[in-house]
Amino acid sequence: MPVGPREGIKNILVVSVIVCLLCSIVVSFTAVSLKPRQDINKELDRKQNILRAAGLLPAGETTDAQGRGAAELFESFEVRAVDLQTGEFTSDVDPESYDQIRAARFPESSRDLSPEEDIATLGRRENIGLAYFKRNAAGELERLVIPVRGYGLWGTLFGFLAINSDLMTSVGLSFYSHKETPGLGGEVDNASWKASWDGVMLFDEAGEPAVRLVKTRSDSEYEIDALSGATLTTRGVENLIAFWTGELGYGPMLARLKPAGEQQAS
Amino acid sequence: MAAGKKALVDPIFDNNPIALQVLGICSALAVTISMSNTLVMCAAVIFVTTLSNVAVSLVRNHVPTNIRIIVQMTIIASLVIVVDQVLQALVYDISKRLSVFVGLIITNCIVLGRAEAFAMQNPPGLSALDGLGNALGYSVILLLVAVFREPIGTGAIMGFELFKTVNNGGWYVPNGMMLLSPSAFFIIGLLIWALREWKPSQAEEPEYEIASNLQYREAY
Repeated sequence: MPVGPREGIKNILVVSVIVCLLCSIVVSFTAVSLKPRQDINKELDRKQNILRAAGLLPAGETTDAQGRGAAELFESFEVRAVDLQTGEFTSDVDPESYDQIRAARFPESSRDLSPEEDIATLGRRENIGLAYFKRNAAGELERLVIPVRGYGLWGTLFGFLAINSDLMTSVGLSFYSHKETPGLGGEVDNASWKASWDGVMLFDEAGEPAVRLVKTRSDSEYEIDALSGATLTTRGVENLIAFWTGELGYGPMLARLKPAGEQQAS
Repeated sequence: MAAGKKALVDPIFDNNPIALQVLGICSALAVTISMSNTLVMCAAVIFVTTLSNVAVSLVRNHVPTNIRIIVQMTIIASLVIVVDQVLQALVYDISKRLSVFVGLIITNCIVLGRAEAFAMQNPPGLSALDGLGNALGYSVILLLVAVFREPIGTGAIMGFELFKTVNNGGWYVPNGMMLLSPSAFFIIGLLIWALREWKPSQAEEPEYEIASNLQYREAY
């Protein structure tokens, strides 16, 4: 091939620099100008997931029966950052912008879990978690929503668990992201299975996490139907609930909230 | 004019990128679970393929041959990031469900294939039509696959219930396999079969003939 001016080293450099510059201008312009809208979307998405777990927003809908959107419904929630080690509220992070799943990746903001502790297969657990308190007009606690996550069969399930005002029974469980098999483990999205989480006792008399997912339910209020054909997903859900309501999860916070009731939370 | 029409219409059925050239299968398997995902994916591919063809065609006389593929990839990648950002801003739900597959348009063979094979040799107008035509050919197959997969897998299409599923108290037991990637292989295979029955010129010559059986005795 003849080496003309077009194939020369000078032209190669000139063309690459111009192409790179033009492309980066286009890309950064779109990214920067659309960032505010994307942030609004992410925030709205998170709020919708919390509301769905708390049973305030029907699955797949963006407004409730009265036509109120997620932003409006979420106003009755108070977001608090919790030191998961002690269970105390902390002001070390801004709850509005804190990302606890991201925090779990860095050694300075998380702790290593030993294999015995790590029943939900997380690897690391963040030091600070978020908790969402829903209060009624009189300021009394109605619902408490905590984020949960853990390994199922193909990947990590991310969701929210809503706990009733007695801090003992669950109101709902909802996963916003998972990779389970459609039709088998994917039935964690099934509305009627999710509805069975309403009114389940999360803790036994000793205060230990006690929910079991079983094949044949007895009259026990600790039991939930397992997902048929999805043993590993079922086990994963059971473990992640046990982890996040337990000593290494939000257990210390729940223990602190219980005796004095509302005082500590407000 | 005739060349323009040929560039636009040919790839839809006569020279379909998926059915004849068997390119872009990966995303065809992944995003066709639901119709709404598919529509957004098709719009994204139409946008990227058309504009990348125009852009590559505009610079075709200035790009040194040594770095042409890198230049094409840079242009395509930039367009894909633009699409991804726009989707995240406008239809966040769907962009979350499409997840990596929007980003993977970069590696979609159709886009780079058209840039290298067509846009490098043709003027911008004709390249735009060629890009649009190929993206439409891709879209036609994707939409056909989704039309089968979503109703059979879930009993509904775009939120409109066709068959009442057992879970909702109806009669239809959803076929979960349709929600898994292999089902798209079956549907694309059947579509290719149908297309080649309709246009026999697309069928390939068999590479070998099966010899007739000369041993007239039972196998035992």
